[in-house]
Amino acid sequence: MSAQDLLVIENLVKRYDGLLATDDLSLTVREGELHAIIGPNGAGKTTLIKQLTGEIPSDNGRVTFAGKNIKRLSEADRSHIGLARSFQITSLFQDFTVLENVCLAVQAHSGHSFRFWKKINNDTALTDPARDILRQMGLEERAETATAALSHGEQRQLEIAVALATKPKLLLLDEPMAGMSREDSEKLVERLIELKQHYSILLIEHDMDAVFSLADRISVLVYGQAIATGTPDDIRNNEEVRQAYLGEEA
Amino acid sequence: MNLSPRLLINAALLIFLAVLPFLTDWAGDSFYTGLVARILILAIAALSLNLLIGYGGMVSFGHAAFIGVGAYVVGIGAFHAFEDGIDWMLNGYIQLVIALLGSAFIALIIGAISLRTRGVYFIMITMAFSQMLYFTAVGVETYGADDGLSIYSRSDMLGLIDLNDEKSLYYLIFVSLLVVLYLMHRLVGSAFGNVIRGSKSNEARMRAIGFSPYKYRLTAFVIAGAIAGYAGFLMANLNDFVSPDVMHWTRSGDLIIMILLGGMASLFGPLYGALAFLMLEEILSSIPLTIGGLRVGEYWQLIFGPLLILIVLYARNGVDSFLPGARKNT
Ligand SMILES: Nc1ncnc2c1ncn2[C@@H]1O[C@H](COP(=O)(O)OP(=O)(O)OP(=O)(O)O)[C@@H](O)[C@H]1O
Ligand SMILES: [Mg+2]
Repeated sequence: MSAQDLLVIENLVKRYDGLLATDDLSLTVREGELHAIIGPNGAGKTTLIKQLTGEIPSDNGRVTFAGKNIKRLSEADRSHIGLARSFQITSLFQDFTVLENVCLAVQAHSGHSFRFWKKINNDTALTDPARDILRQMGLEERAETATAALSHGEQRQLEIAVALATKPKLLLLDEPMAGMSREDSEKLVERLIELKQHYSILLIEHDMDAVFSLADRISVLVYGQAIATGTPDDIRNNEEVRQAYLGEEA
Repeated sequence: MNLSPRLLINAALLIFLAVLPFLTDWAGDSFYTGLVARILILAIAALSLNLLIGYGGMVSFGHAAFIGVGAYVVGIGAFHAFEDGIDWMLNGYIQLVIALLGSAFIALIIGAISLRTRGVYFIMITMAFSQMLYFTAVGVETYGADDGLSIYSRSDMLGLIDLNDEKSLYYLIFVSLLVVLYLMHRLVGSAFGNVIRGSKSNEARMRAIGFSPYKYRLTAFVIAGAIAGYAGFLMANLNDFVSPDVMHWTRSGDLIIMILLGGMASLFGPLYGALAFLMLEEILSSIPLTIGGLRVGEYWQLIFGPLLILIVLYARNGVDSFLPGARKNT
């Protein structure tokens, strides 16, 4: 591995009963790159993210993040060394306001929370960074809105805002455009181009326009294996990928 | 602070409770002071349980066990002071410290194990632990087994306050309620409270953003247990009696019903719930009507049950839903 490798996945395995969801997968995300993973439904993309964040244990293999083997780290620990994920199926604090959602994530990274007395909802140490992030994601005007009252598109934006609030080194985005209108996803692409300047990103996405316009490199995942990795041009011209996945689309 | 109608109603209730002993003096019937004192003690316990259920989503079904621990500390202390002449065991401050530490410690053990489970398992295991304590109390002959212990001498507060004076005891209970209400208000709005509420709202996301909810939940469980233990300390002094019955699982169920009746999502909910619960019990059980030789009042639970179901179905936040400024449920 080289110094510029941020995340190195080696021979990773996840078995569900008889099914190999992740099959001896090796993959590298470099510092500063946006690495996209594409692949058909059930290819094991979400499973890979869960393995990386520690939500589910791996059966085999090794994951090195920022030079450190993360095998023994809990999900919370991994968040604290800079791994953050967003969810394919929106997973927010629905009964909190938009601002409170982001504040909670900021709070998680502001020391322990065994503080029982001081009021928290006007604590500028939380709200200032939270509002910055909302601005970044275009949600500043919705700060005081109840999360449940947001449109689907806005919830998807907040989904990313919450992940950003944990000050990640690597963002794992699981289909951020899922269910979004054409218009909304185009706007989100603009925001991701902006985010690319500041974060390394592992992006899972079905929207090929988005993937090909955003990615520095793309890996194609089929049945838990990376059948190809390369620049967008490499992938577009790869015969195996065309047959297995892109079909007539590319 | 804005003076919303809701705030005024809450304030009016507290003022009413503050002057109640004088009202009953004036009416020449102190029965109601005792009844309300009992309600306020249960409200304190229900408030502590609401930290777990309402704010934390931890449906503990064994909370009465901690009331029992606090109550038995007073009972056992009085017993040994009376039987063996061990005077320090009557010392109210020593009893209080033991009641708080004891209930906190038992909550720590029960919580540490129970909080590893979720949902129905959590409900069952907390209930099982409380029943273990119940049967332990039933089994100890020295302390009266299932007949319970009469308390011949209330906690000695060394002259600071005389618990034998009903009015003094009432005000100790009332002030305790105020303190617990304020404590809950601070707790829920603190960084800690935010973690407790977030863990109820979306535990998976809590982990993903870097929290480990378990230790926060366990802390909440211990705090709630200690407050319930304090309620037990008060209850033993009020009743001059303690028996295993205070720990029975149906007593824990009563506390949950109070929370449902009052409204889980609000600070004052459990207080309204406790008031509503015991008032309804009082009123329904004294219905004079007889049908076919059966006095309806004796079967008050037959009326209470369906009433409760209606409330849960149509007013999900209980009494709280009827107060101005209630949160609308979706
Ligand atoms: N908890 C589970 N138990 C058993 N099988 C599972 C489980 N979770 C996922 N799988 C299976 O593992 C495979 C990979 O699922 P995964 O969710 O990772 O796919 P994906 O690439 O994210 O698909 P999509 O594009 O639809 O989101 C699928 O065949 C799925 O059915
Ligand atoms: Mg998926």
